[in-house]
Amino acid sequence: MGDIMTKRLSRAVLSGTAIAVALGGLAVPAYAQRDPAYAEARASGQVGEKMDGYLGIVGDETPELRRIVNDINIKRRAVYSQRAQATNATIEEYALTAGCQAILATTPGEKYQAPDGSWQTRTSAAPLRDSRCP
Amino acid sequence: MNGLKTSAAVGLASLALSGCITVEAPDEPIVIELNVNIRQEVIYRLAEDAGNTIEENADIF
Repeated sequence: MGDIMTKRLSRAVLSGTAIAVALGGLAVPAYAQRDPAYAEARASGQVGEKMDGYLGIVGDETPELRRIVNDINIKRRAVYSQRAQATNATIEEYALTAGCQAILATTPGEKYQAPDGSWQTRTSAAPLRDSRCP
Repeated sequence: MNGLKTSAAVGLASLALSGCITVEAPDEPIVIELNVNIRQEVIYRLAEDAGNTIEENADIF
């Protein structure tokens, strides 16, 4: 009798845990958002998207901007490395392709690097991109 | 004959001197574009995957 109760109880606990896990899974957003410091530096045009797929400092460098940019670029490089291996490409090829897409994805007011190397402010018009970009 | 040789040598030397090329270091760092060899076909092949990668890693893009 006590044995059956224990089994029922543990089953109830288990199913309760399963529901909690399922609900918890739903509550987690699909993709993480930008760190506030990075989002702010980006919105104010202090950092911009370079052609090579990495982030760059647009104006005067500060230790804080360098920290933000290095942190993002180290993480990007890790992702590029992983995806380059999966797609049988080099890191540079994958990074350049991501650069094409990242520049295309900039929103008006954000900075990006044009093919001549100059920093441009994104407008509602299409960005100036490398001729090889899709 | 000797004088001719000397004047020829002097002529060559002055030519060499006037032909000197002075190279001045630019103020801006020299940027070597390493991506020139990446072909458009490769970029087109990777475009979709790279687009997905950016979406899935929105925190670092």
